[in-house]
Amino acid sequence: MDWQALWLTLRLATATTAILLAVAVPLAAVLVLGRARWLAVVEALATLPLVLPPTVLGFFLLVLLGPRTAIGRGLTSLLGHPLAFSFSGLVVGSAIYSLPFAVQPLVAGFAAVPTALVDAARLLGAGPLRLVHTVLVPVARRSLVTAVVLSFLHTVGEFGVVLMIGGDIPGSTRTLSIVLYNQVENFDYGAAYRTAALLLSFSVIALAALYATGQARGGRRA
Amino acid sequence: MQQVKRAEAAVLEATLNARRDSFLLEVECSFASEWTVVFGPSGSGKSTLLRLLAGLDRRRGPLRARVTFDGRILTDTAQNLWTAPGRRATALVAQQPALFPHLSVRANVAFGLGGLDRAGRTRRVNEMLELVGATELAERRPQHLSGGQAQRIALARALAPGPRLLLLDEPFSALDGAASDALIGRLQAWLREHKVQTVLVTHEAADAFALEAEVVLIREGRVAAQGPVREVLAREQARLLGRLRIP
Repeated sequence: MDWQALWLTLRLATATTAILLAVAVPLAAVLVLGRARWLAVVEALATLPLVLPPTVLGFFLLVLLGPRTAIGRGLTSLLGHPLAFSFSGLVVGSAIYSLPFAVQPLVAGFAAVPTALVDAARLLGAGPLRLVHTVLVPVARRSLVTAVVLSFLHTVGEFGVVLMIGGDIPGSTRTLSIVLYNQVENFDYGAAYRTAALLLSFSVIALAALYATGQARGGRRA
Repeated sequence: MQQVKRAEAAVLEATLNARRDSFLLEVECSFASEWTVVFGPSGSGKSTLLRLLAGLDRRRGPLRARVTFDGRILTDTAQNLWTAPGRRATALVAQQPALFPHLSVRANVAFGLGGLDRAGRTRRVNEMLELVGATELAERRPQHLSGGQAQRIALARALAPGPRLLLLDEPFSALDGAASDALIGRLQAWLREHKVQTVLVTHEAADAFALEAEVVLIREGRVAAQGPVREVLAREQARLLGRLRIP
């Protein structure tokens, strides 16, 4: 087992999930509460990574974060190293790639909060920030848990974006998915089975825990 | 019940023109009593009227509106002026209590008391719960309340921040007659003491008579009549007496 890759994968998934939560909660709230027409464009862009081939997204990010663009050059001078082929670059790519997996459950959850509750909070003087953190998030907390679990698992399992913008640098950008790919390429099926089983168990255990929580709470049959 | 005192009440004026799907609300009226009852059949536009007075539904459908209360402009679409619902000193209690399900009764009532310190909040919550006769429910969750109890808590929550205008949309429908009468009696005294003007929406003529209020009769989105309850609802009075077989 490549423990270094496991540790890096968990760090990447944790950092990505934390960034996604910070971005997706306000974004989903704006998409649900806002009425401006241009929000449809924002929602489309936030959903785009869901249908875009990961290699396409990875390629654009590679170009964007590289020395060919002003953004890439600016980030390089700011950080002292290029974002591409670094752990930080992987976090940026993963956050963009997994954005819909955080935003979509939250949009669905916030939209399902009864309008009467939102009205009641507004009548009692709650502004947008208070409305989100004292009403929308607590009432739609199951959607928040879903967003966390899906973002984490999706990041753990990603391959195309990681390979395009991170390459395969041990301890820096080599995740478990890359390790599995290398093992298969080297016909090391024993190790590949173990790596695949670990990735599979991550997903099964987390999803089972998520759905078990829902069932215990009365979930869909309430 | 005590008689309405017109002289002490502020004036609430509303000119509203709003379309909701195929329904058109065209209302121009003035509320100048401590208690005004907006009476009309289901679907006549009463709830829409109340929501627009409260500052809700700003972006739903085409709308022209001007609402003033005590000389202050709350809404004027011609000037693109729309005071946020929480800044109107206006409370709205709907038929569905809409209590926050993740908060206790005490926390629900305290929700609008952000400006008070902890001791002040506690005092105010206790006062409100006592007013609605729900002191023993303070630590319960909304899921463990009956419909009538939830309506009482919604009323306490709406009154806690100290509104000047109270809008009630059939808020006592889940209370039985005696409980409703007792609560309305206490509420009337408290509202008068704290100079809170009230507009109550109902399709029950008995409510209007019980309150001895000024009545605005609304039909198909328009004001059909306005005046003392015995004049505006004379036909309803006869119908009620007929049902009770009282000559």
